[in-house]
Amino acid sequence: MVVHRDSSGPIHRAMSSAATTAPSVDKVDGFSRKSVRKAKQKRSQSSSQFRSQGKPIELTPLPLLKDVPASEQPELFLKKLQQCCTVFDFMDTLSDLKMKEYKRSTLNELVDYVTVSRGYLTEQAYPEVVKMVSHNIFRTLPPSDSNEFDPEEDEPTLEASWPHLQLVYEFFIRFLESQEFQPSIAKKYIDQKFVLQLLELFDSEDPRERDYLKTVLHRIYGKFLGLRAFIRKQINNIFLRFVYETEHFNGVAELLEILGSIINGFALPLKAEHKQFLVKVLIPLHTVRSLSLFHAQLAYCIVQFLEKDPTLTEPVIRGLLKFWPKTCSQKEVMFLGELEEILDVIEPTQFVKIQEPLFKQISRCVSSPHFQVAERALYYWNNEYIMSLIEENSSVILPIMFASLYRISKEHWNPAIVALVYNVLKAFMEMNSTLFDELTATYKSDRQREKKKEKEREELWKKLEDLELKRGLRSDGIIPT
Amino acid sequence: LRGGEVSKMAGADGDDSLYPIAVLIDELRNEDVQLRLNSIKKLSTIALALGVERTRTELLPFLTDTIYDEDEVLLALAEQLGNFTMLVGGPEYVHCLLPPLESLATVEETVVRDKAVESLRKISQEHSPVDLEVHFEPLVKRLASGDWFTSRTSACGLFSVCYPRVSSTVKAEIRQHFRTLCSDDTPMVRRAAASKLGEFAKVLELEYVKSDIISLFTALASDEQDSVRLLAVEACVSIATLLPQEDLETLVMPTLRQAAEDKSWRVRYMVADKFSELQKAVGPEITKNDLVPAFQNLLKDCEAEVRAAAANKVKEFCENLPEDNREQIIMTHILPCVKELVSDTNQHVKSALASVIMGLSTILGKDNTIEHLLPLFLAQLKDECPEVRLNIISNLDCVNEVIGIRQLSQSLLPAIVELAEDAKWRVRLAIIEYMPLLAGQLGVEFFDEKLNTLCMAWLIDHVYAIREAATCNLMKLVEKFGAEWAQNTIVPKVLGMANDPNYLHRMTTLFCINALSKACGQEITTKQMLPVVLKMSNDQVANVRFNVAKSLQKIGPILDSNALQTEVKPVLEKLASDTDMDVKYFAQEAISGKSFPITEYPPESRQHFYKIFIDVQDQLVNV
Repeated sequence: MVVHRDSSGPIHRAMSSAATTAPSVDKVDGFSRKSVRKAKQKRSQSSSQFRSQGKPIELTPLPLLKDVPASEQPELFLKKLQQCCTVFDFMDTLSDLKMKEYKRSTLNELVDYVTVSRGYLTEQAYPEVVKMVSHNIFRTLPPSDSNEFDPEEDEPTLEASWPHLQLVYEFFIRFLESQEFQPSIAKKYIDQKFVLQLLELFDSEDPRERDYLKTVLHRIYGKFLGLRAFIRKQINNIFLRFVYETEHFNGVAELLEILGSIINGFALPLKAEHKQFLVKVLIPLHTVRSLSLFHAQLAYCIVQFLEKDPTLTEPVIRGLLKFWPKTCSQKEVMFLGELEEILDVIEPTQFVKIQEPLFKQISRCVSSPHFQVAERALYYWNNEYIMSLIEENSSVILPIMFASLYRISKEHWNPAIVALVYNVLKAFMEMNSTLFDELTATYKSDRQREKKKEKEREELWKKLEDLELKRGLRSDGIIPT
Repeated sequence: LRGGEVSKMAGADGDDSLYPIAVLIDELRNEDVQLRLNSIKKLSTIALALGVERTRTELLPFLTDTIYDEDEVLLALAEQLGNFTMLVGGPEYVHCLLPPLESLATVEETVVRDKAVESLRKISQEHSPVDLEVHFEPLVKRLASGDWFTSRTSACGLFSVCYPRVSSTVKAEIRQHFRTLCSDDTPMVRRAAASKLGEFAKVLELEYVKSDIISLFTALASDEQDSVRLLAVEACVSIATLLPQEDLETLVMPTLRQAAEDKSWRVRYMVADKFSELQKAVGPEITKNDLVPAFQNLLKDCEAEVRAAAANKVKEFCENLPEDNREQIIMTHILPCVKELVSDTNQHVKSALASVIMGLSTILGKDNTIEHLLPLFLAQLKDECPEVRLNIISNLDCVNEVIGIRQLSQSLLPAIVELAEDAKWRVRLAIIEYMPLLAGQLGVEFFDEKLNTLCMAWLIDHVYAIREAATCNLMKLVEKFGAEWAQNTIVPKVLGMANDPNYLHRMTTLFCINALSKACGQEITTKQMLPVVLKMSNDQVANVRFNVAKSLQKIGPILDSNALQTEVKPVLEKLASDTDMDVKYFAQEAISGKSFPITEYPPESRQHFYKIFIDVQDQLVNV
């Protein structure tokens, strides 16, 4: 492994200049998280290939495809594919420069060739293409710079062999999209094992690679019907591992994006498998610490499901309520955003089923001391559709919301929130003035009743302690029973 | 089961002691999670009040039915049930606890599931062999063939606890279930099975270890997912321990060799991390032939993570080599790799090596140390990375035992001076902590000549933690070199700081006096230190004045009663009528002779809080 080496190419130059602008390492505390990161930003790229250290690589240059007669092209094509199986060490910027350049130009030629040529895809070409792609892209991803890699803040480590890798991906996508491509032949080579390795690559820290992978997987899902269930199942496994074991996987957003379009294509009625995926995988994904990195894609998937089958609304909302963030206000704001998206498409019959637990939560959010949470919840009252739902059910919702609203209007530290609450109270007053007056009148006595209950509870616990004490004494034989 | 019912019953019996229990049961259904949680945590009290019969027939079914709840409540429940045996009527009835625990073992949340499995493992020991077969084993089977991966994962942890105490037919079934789970198609289950493989192997008869476990081990060790393969490495340690030496070569070594060269660095990392355990498990012969080259490769691995893990094991590995040709193996095979690691490109690798490399000197003896290791120590002492240098300095005692520290002193000094002035205060702090040790080993002359200035310079460091450590360091030095040395070398310098324009430095004088007075003894304290302290009671900064009060309290016991009465008391009385409330407070504390820890402040003092705040701020600014 090399800590940092300059390499040519515009991307790399940009990266190393970013590294030099980082503050001098000596000036910062070497033991705190931040400076470890800063120091490590220097290592802008890495690559992990377990290889026998090496002698220089020699490839015999082949003629260009366009320079040979059409009849010889298929064979030359195969030869070039075989040559491109050779993998170079890009962490060593000085070795094999000539051969690296040769492979780059060959890959470029191959990309052009599969895009424009006809009749090149013989049956023998399929295994060779898959072999070349596998040799290049399948590798164990290098260790992450630190366990605390924070994708929101830290610069991702870029893949050093990208100059070749990008062309291989490009080639593979053109191959899959080629008019001559026949899935029935390709399925012998693009099999479950291939897909599994492909999915593991989604953990790559390099966003450019994940972007290509997304396209590749999408094409494969589209063209290989036999692999679809398998792909879904493996994505399931990746997510479950992510949620319950590691909390670390870089490609969650990309996989969710693909799933978004997959869900869109589900036939109705939904299979049990799909519903299980929603409830047991997508909903628990909300519990992950790094939710902000893929929340938009996740919320999109959830809404897709609900648009397909509105009866899923109740389990989804109950799931969200179960996993409602207890301490992370940022996540709470995201949950509120997602909930609004769901409410935008909710059917009134479904709304009635969950309005009580839902508005109990909203009432808690509205009275959150964190003004962004309170504000986000109060914005619901600007949503016309939600307002109409509230209005229809004001007799249920108003009593749930009233106490919090009334209290905040008197106590919240943030004037903007107080102003918003006044508007909401006003809206409720106009909606159902009789109930509103009633609640205002009973507010005080209700609070007193609550306080009394609280006191009773305290006494109960005290009594319980006494009781345990007595029992303890009895069992010690001090007080005869 | 209704709370109301219980309370009615309680009323009828005229025993109002049951009333709280009734409410507690109602609370199990409360909307507020916290209240449900409180109530669940009192579950044993509820059960005790209900008696064993009603606990079995009412409370447990109720709990089994209402298991959909917040994970936090479920976790508490899973834990409680593990200690419930006596509350349901003893081992005879312990199987009543299985249904709720079975449901808990299938929930999604890992923490809850693990706790449920832990409780199940615990109560499995309280089952009679018959109950184990009639109640417990069927539960394990149900979990093992559950639809969702969670129940199968949980099952993996239960095989080993019931296997030893069931009939051979049931044993065969259990082995079969374990086999199935090892090739489950969800990787989560395979991981769970792989992580329990070693544990399960331990309870199996040797013939089945050979016939069953080895094939499972081989399969898991070549799983398509590296997260499964690396767990097999862990199992390798227990399996190798179980097998007779002659079988190791054929049954274990091919897999272990393959793991050491796995294409995934995570697996190689695991091998490096477990290397000492593996070495002990396979014995000296295989170590010599196989593990030495494997270890060399790990030390030269292309991933820094693997090299660092292996570097960490260098000393342990060498220590455990067979004694007859240990030296030869180290000198010809290990040392060349170690030499390369000294100039590794990755600082974590160098730092890992630096933390163990000194340990090699005891293994290799004086001559080899001087000839081969010393140049490496010196190179690491000059390393650009402070952690590497620190790790070397922190382990100096190993070398000291073998060759004496003087061999190192020439190169030690520049390294120490550089660390002493490092920009990172934690590095400075670490080096201060080694000062007393170094001073002891290098002797007083060397110290006076080379290190004394450094020790005094730390007293005026801009970071409080360094000043504090420097004070403590002085105390330890005085304990080592004696009062006379203190009087001649450090006391004058410390007292000189009492006139410093910076009040923080003036306070350092006081802190030093607090620390040194005891070691310096009555005479120096009374004649030299006390006058300075008393003079400082006129300081214009309140913080200095109340520290004078604190110092006087501290050194009081060392002074004679004459000095206390004639000199200390008047000053404290003057301070007790100071305009500043904190000065007053501490002066009064000193007069009344109460001893109090430094953290205890008069609660009503806001002003004082402000002062602490300033001091904290001062520290923050300087970090």
